[in-house]
Amino acid sequence: MPKDSGIGASPKRREDVRFLTGRGQYTDDININGQLYVHFLRSDMAHATINGIDTSEAEGMPGVVRVFTGADFEGVGSIPCGWQVTDRHGEPMQEPAHPVLAQGKVRHVGDPIAAVVAETYAQARDAAEALVPDLEELPAVIDMKDAVKDGTTKVHDDLTSNLCYDWGFVEENRDAVAKAMDEAAHVTTLELVNNRLVANPMEPRVAVGDYNPGTDDHTLYTTSQNPHVIRLLMGAFVLGIPEHKLRVVAPDVGGGFGTKIFHYAEEAFVTFAAKQIGRPVKWTASRSEAFMSDAHGRDHVTKIELALDAENNFTAIRTETYANMGAYLSTFAPSVPTWLHGTLMAGNYKTPLIYVNVKAVFTNTVPVDAYRGAGRPEATFQLERVIDKAARELGVDPLALRRQNFITEFPYATPVAVEYDTGDYEATLSKLEEIADISGFEARRRESEAKGKWRGLGMNCYIEACGIAPSALVGQLGARAGLYESATVRVNATGGLSVMTGSHSHGQGHETSFAQVVADMIGIDDGMVEIVHGDTSKVPMGMGTYGSRSLAVGGSAIVRATEKIIAKAKKIAAHLMEASEGDIELKDGQFTVAGTDKSVAWGDVTLAAYVPHNYPLEEIEPGLEETAFYDPANFTYPSGAYACEVEVDPETGHVTIERFAAADDFGNVVNPMIVEGQVHGGLAQGIGQALLENCSYDEDGQLISASYMDYAMPRADDVPMFDVDHSCQTPCTHNPLGVKGCGEAGAIGSPPAVVNAVIDALQSGGKNVMHIDMPLSPNRVWAAMQGA
Amino acid sequence: MSHVSMKVNGKEVGGEVEGRTLLVDFLREDLKMTGTHVGCDTSQCGACVVHVDGKAVKACTIFALEAEGAEVTTIEGMANADGSLGVVQAAFQEHHGLQCGFCTPGMVMAGAALLKENPKPSEAEIRQYLEGNICRCTGYHNIVKAIMAASGQDVEPPAVAAE
Ligand code: FES
Ligand code: FES
Repeated sequence: MPKDSGIGASPKRREDVRFLTGRGQYTDDININGQLYVHFLRSDMAHATINGIDTSEAEGMPGVVRVFTGADFEGVGSIPCGWQVTDRHGEPMQEPAHPVLAQGKVRHVGDPIAAVVAETYAQARDAAEALVPDLEELPAVIDMKDAVKDGTTKVHDDLTSNLCYDWGFVEENRDAVAKAMDEAAHVTTLELVNNRLVANPMEPRVAVGDYNPGTDDHTLYTTSQNPHVIRLLMGAFVLGIPEHKLRVVAPDVGGGFGTKIFHYAEEAFVTFAAKQIGRPVKWTASRSEAFMSDAHGRDHVTKIELALDAENNFTAIRTETYANMGAYLSTFAPSVPTWLHGTLMAGNYKTPLIYVNVKAVFTNTVPVDAYRGAGRPEATFQLERVIDKAARELGVDPLALRRQNFITEFPYATPVAVEYDTGDYEATLSKLEEIADISGFEARRRESEAKGKWRGLGMNCYIEACGIAPSALVGQLGARAGLYESATVRVNATGGLSVMTGSHSHGQGHETSFAQVVADMIGIDDGMVEIVHGDTSKVPMGMGTYGSRSLAVGGSAIVRATEKIIAKAKKIAAHLMEASEGDIELKDGQFTVAGTDKSVAWGDVTLAAYVPHNYPLEEIEPGLEETAFYDPANFTYPSGAYACEVEVDPETGHVTIERFAAADDFGNVVNPMIVEGQVHGGLAQGIGQALLENCSYDEDGQLISASYMDYAMPRADDVPMFDVDHSCQTPCTHNPLGVKGCGEAGAIGSPPAVVNAVIDALQSGGKNVMHIDMPLSPNRVWAAMQGA
Repeated sequence: MSHVSMKVNGKEVGGEVEGRTLLVDFLREDLKMTGTHVGCDTSQCGACVVHVDGKAVKACTIFALEAEGAEVTTIEGMANADGSLGVVQAAFQEHHGLQCGFCTPGMVMAGAALLKENPKPSEAEIRQYLEGNICRCTGYHNIVKAIMAASGQDVEPPAVAAE
């Protein structure tokens, strides 16, 4: 029988009721008495000198309370970067200042120049149109390879060049990898682009600042995946507000996908302006504004080489990537193409020698940072594409080539600094062959042919590093933060629990799944456990939700805190039953004394904790509340194998996804329904990247794809029903739940499957096409067919 | 400013609006009914879908004044009289057709309008009907399932782990 509560069950999500009845409370739903509205004047040039701004007309317009320009922020700090990468030569990366409002220069279309605060949003917008900035256009730096040529215009005059860093990993292997390339029986080379994307959570970013002059307390309501991180970054580095005077609330948040991790200028602006003006200030991004101010994702240009010996064993990998940073360093930007990318280049395979070179480049574009998968999709895509290409060049079966090179023994130390604790790549690949009905493919191909379509099958494996991350390790790698998580479990007198978690839920359903974990440990009904998140005044500390870390790290903190609760509760129970603590067992919400029929209920013990009339006061304090911080010992390594079947229309190059199957190993699973939902969403995003989505700039730095008219989001009829499976489970060995994380897998594993499938279809149609850069629009596919 | 009046979820409401005030802004800002969402400024995401005189309409594409005298239904009006979830809402919960919930009001309103027009839609018909509604979280799989289930057609129950 399937379970209906606790770990492994799929109870209905409790958060759904408010979302389904219009009672969710998203940041834009928050309105504070007396609130003003801000509209930002944003640069329409990619690169320009600001000679001045005439604000006089705007200041006199109806409802305008105040106009701010860069000059108002002179004493204010720079928006900080949370990660410092050290380059190949041991030097720190170049790190430019990032003002809240542009000072002296604008560096991308969308860079905020000035802000109008008015009584209504319409008045603020009208007045912003009356601002007259005197901008002197400068040449825009757009192409990454041009950007690092000598004599190119610099995005930041005070830096030595547009190169943020030139990173080598593992630098000591550089020569050995070169030698292995020279000595290889075969080397497959692939040059590719990992297309620039916009995360596009459906809720645009919103920020509301409030200030209480009586107490000097600041409050920021914001659409964030990690309110405590914003409190630290904005409080300590930008505005100089200590944590105890700054509350950050991220209520219901309508999706994040990475882009709501980062600290943004608008958050600092509303917090600052609310104090300056003495009234609350609200900002709501329009979608067009989101396109030019939310951090973008991906944007790598890569050359990868795979060396094989005469028996087709992988002997070395060398990869060189240009990674776009955009105009400023967003919060985690430097870590994405380095530590979240280079460390994954071994994939599922035992390649003894790997060298990864990454050149991070400043350009006059929106800052680029983590987007679902962050670095790991870029690693997986190049590796799984080059393996497919090698199989084609060598005339061998692509799955056989993968299988032959699989890592089969764990723990496995890769040549790129990480140690995989568990995995079973053969298991997920075999499962995939079953659920994708690979043996039926040829028949389906003939059916497609009969309809005049070319059918292709693409498969790939993936591995990712999640459960981010061991603090000491990331500290060595340049992180300016710890990456633990905290949890406080408060048991109330009548037995219900409030669990304060530093993880943040913006679609992941933590209110349901985290409650399952705690309820399971105590043996009570899920409904007795309330999950509290998203408010720094309620949750002691938190690093937030990203990198598929919530259950693996945040959930582990909850387990540790609950263990402390149970240990104390057993002491109380032992006292109540006059037994020895070591004999107390807790099951189904009842404490029993082993070998006797004595028992007390969970509620008797919790009541005793708060009404300590009969209580071991000399031994323990009253009350039942515990906090734990959990710092993971290692990353977790989810893995899996994906298969995509496409049809290509030979007349138009139009690609349709006919089938998609995903076999994942996430370790243990707490809520299978939620896990599958996460995979579905990731798959649609990966398919979107592969077929539809492209954030595109012209050579002058104009953002061409700045609305849903030009940025193609995957829609319901672009994707099929998905066949997903997570029955292959090799539990993580180093966290208490044995979980690995499932949030990013779909987006990491699916793009290569789609591209491999399209190449296969074209080959089956007699077109010798080896690669097409994403997105595989009809236009690009058709053009590739013409040349082949 | 002009006066506008309409019926929203069965209740007479009114207010003073500018000519340029969109229906969605009237609902959210004037009536403080924040269940209807705004996800774009080019009328393409469908987060704002409501019913106007029984038809699905993107509330960001019409002015409040255009709804003068109309019967408007929003997500806040979709529950049963006893407060329990309506058929489409309940199916979304049962089949995990929502994650962050932001697209959800529009999806539920669109789904309900579809079922009025086409009580037993096929998978392809559902996908086509939802062309104007973007969801970034669910990959649509469970939304399609939820609408199928709401129409009384058989779908697989949500995943569970075997004991
Ligand atoms: S807000 Fe109406 S369609 Fe996007
Ligand atoms: S549930 Fe988040 S956008 Fe659809």
